[in-house]
Amino acid sequence: MQAVVVEGLRKNYGKVKAVRGVSFSVAKGEIFGIIGPNGVGKTTVLRILATIIKKDGGNAEIFGYEIGKDDGKIREIIGYLPEEAGAYKNMRGIEYLRFISNFFEGCDIEKAIEIANLGERIYDKIESYSKGMVRRLLVARVLMAKPKLAILDEPTSGLDVINANEIRRIIKDYAAHGTTFLISSHNMLEVEYLCDRIALMNNGIIVEEGKPKELKERHDAENIEEVFLKVIK
Amino acid sequence: MKIAALIFKEVRELLTPATILPAIFMMLIFAGMGNMVGSMEKKAMEKPNVEIITNDNESYASFYASVLKKYCNEGKEKIAVIEIPSNFSSLIKEGKKAEIHIKWFLKGTGIAESASITAVRKAIEIANNELVAKIVEEKKINASIIFSPVEYDEYTIIKNREVTAAPEKIISFFSSQSMSIPIVIMIMIVTSGGIVISSMGMEKENKTLETLLTLPIKRSHIVTGKIIGATTVGVIIAFLYMLGLRYYLSSFGMQEKLAGFNLNGIDYALISISLFFSLLAGLSLCLVMGSFAKNYKSAQILSLPVSILAIIPMFILMFQDFYSLSTPLKALIFSIPFSHPMMAPSLLLLYEYPLVVYGIVYSAIFSIICILIATWIFKTDLLIIGRIRK
Repeated sequence: MQAVVVEGLRKNYGKVKAVRGVSFSVAKGEIFGIIGPNGVGKTTVLRILATIIKKDGGNAEIFGYEIGKDDGKIREIIGYLPEEAGAYKNMRGIEYLRFISNFFEGCDIEKAIEIANLGERIYDKIESYSKGMVRRLLVARVLMAKPKLAILDEPTSGLDVINANEIRRIIKDYAAHGTTFLISSHNMLEVEYLCDRIALMNNGIIVEEGKPKELKERHDAENIEEVFLKVIK
Repeated sequence: MKIAALIFKEVRELLTPATILPAIFMMLIFAGMGNMVGSMEKKAMEKPNVEIITNDNESYASFYASVLKKYCNEGKEKIAVIEIPSNFSSLIKEGKKAEIHIKWFLKGTGIAESASITAVRKAIEIANNELVAKIVEEKKINASIIFSPVEYDEYTIIKNREVTAAPEKIISFFSSQSMSIPIVIMIMIVTSGGIVISSMGMEKENKTLETLLTLPIKRSHIVTGKIIGATTVGVIIAFLYMLGLRYYLSSFGMQEKLAGFNLNGIDYALISISLFFSLLAGLSLCLVMGSFAKNYKSAQILSLPVSILAIIPMFILMFQDFYSLSTPLKALIFSIPFSHPMMAPSLLLLYEYPLVVYGIVYSAIFSIICILIATWIFKTDLLIIGRIRK
């Protein structure tokens, strides 16, 4: 069974066709990246798969559960990290992790503290955290619930090199232990390094899909950025 | 367990120094104002420092001066000097009006100064009355008949009840009830409603709402958690305001009692139920409004209609009771769920139980409808993208 199967997914915002028939699949334990510039529909696809918004057409399944029908079941096995998400500022880091642990069985808070790597600052209020610290806390929050599928929207957006690198390392580590990742990014170089397979999105459709190395060879390009530019020409 | 966690989270997020400090500050302001009014009233009751100069040793002047001295002190910091001229007694004996000279010493122009002036005026009024009584009794007439020749045996009919009290006293009693309760309820609705809408704005701005929506918990539980959390905070804030306001109003002697008008245990239970459903209706409505907030800023604007809905019945019911309103105004007041706990104490004092019960039923139905709408909104795209999937 595939971890994620998406077929002809569509979503309109009024007259704007945000997603126009997207299809892809993600294998178990794979890191799959949806890449493309801002506003091409990446976040919409992830929000539909995270059961936050409804699809207008097509089908999507997560570990055999159908989006729109089995949303309750899907929420038990996924972890979702929105782009530039925050946390409850009046809570301390540790309280936030404990709060989220109420909703999932078998949460490993000690592991989450380790992933967040905030030291004694985990006992401080979140409002005193830097952007990078909040992001590490949120990644820890997603992973402590041991989701079968982690959906991360721009996981390293706005972070400095050290924090971004640390988050990439954590994702790779968890994927090696069986967690499936579906991530979006407009940082094509990052995705090239991180993802097993990628889908290039433009204007609400997937314009190219494959392993980064294969795509570069197929389009005779030095990096994924160059692939993207050649594909959309 | 999951709902408890959500409620705890809501209370934790809403009960911040930013929400609780203004309530404590207002409570202290009310208490301080009450203290000031109380000390002014105390000052007015104290004997003022007055110098009394008597230039007439005849009987009426001596009597007048002795009464004044009974109600005034002769301290250093005098507020006035009262001079009784040498012809005071002789003018009265001739059947003419006597005259006294008063020289006032104002230390400032603050309202607190008026307390001592009132006390001097009161002393002069008593001296005048006692002088009248003395003059009249010298002519072998009962002074009390001159002052009050007719006794009143009066009673008032209100809502088919006969009450042995003057109508002004009944109005004053009900006014004392209808002053504080609408204000406290309005503050409770505006404050707790505002924080529900703001919290929705903040959740959207921080994208914590997106996280919340992907947790394995029913959308109706998220709505319930938000409403109960906000209700808890709303009650705490209202309690603080009420403490200050009660202290402030009690300094005016507004907490009057009137025989035959008492609330019993059932009445208090009905008021509490009315208040609960009113708050629930208000917060459910705020949650629906908050769903349209894009961020914290837009949430502030969205809380305005709810504030207006709470202010309208407060103003109307402070000056008029439900039964004296025109039919359209009655319909308007009844349709606003916040009106019902504002009216409940006065209605219960008049045994108007049906209207209180209808109000509770209406508020409960209003709440259920709002909660259902809020839950539906939480299940649609409206919450995140501001439009519903067609």
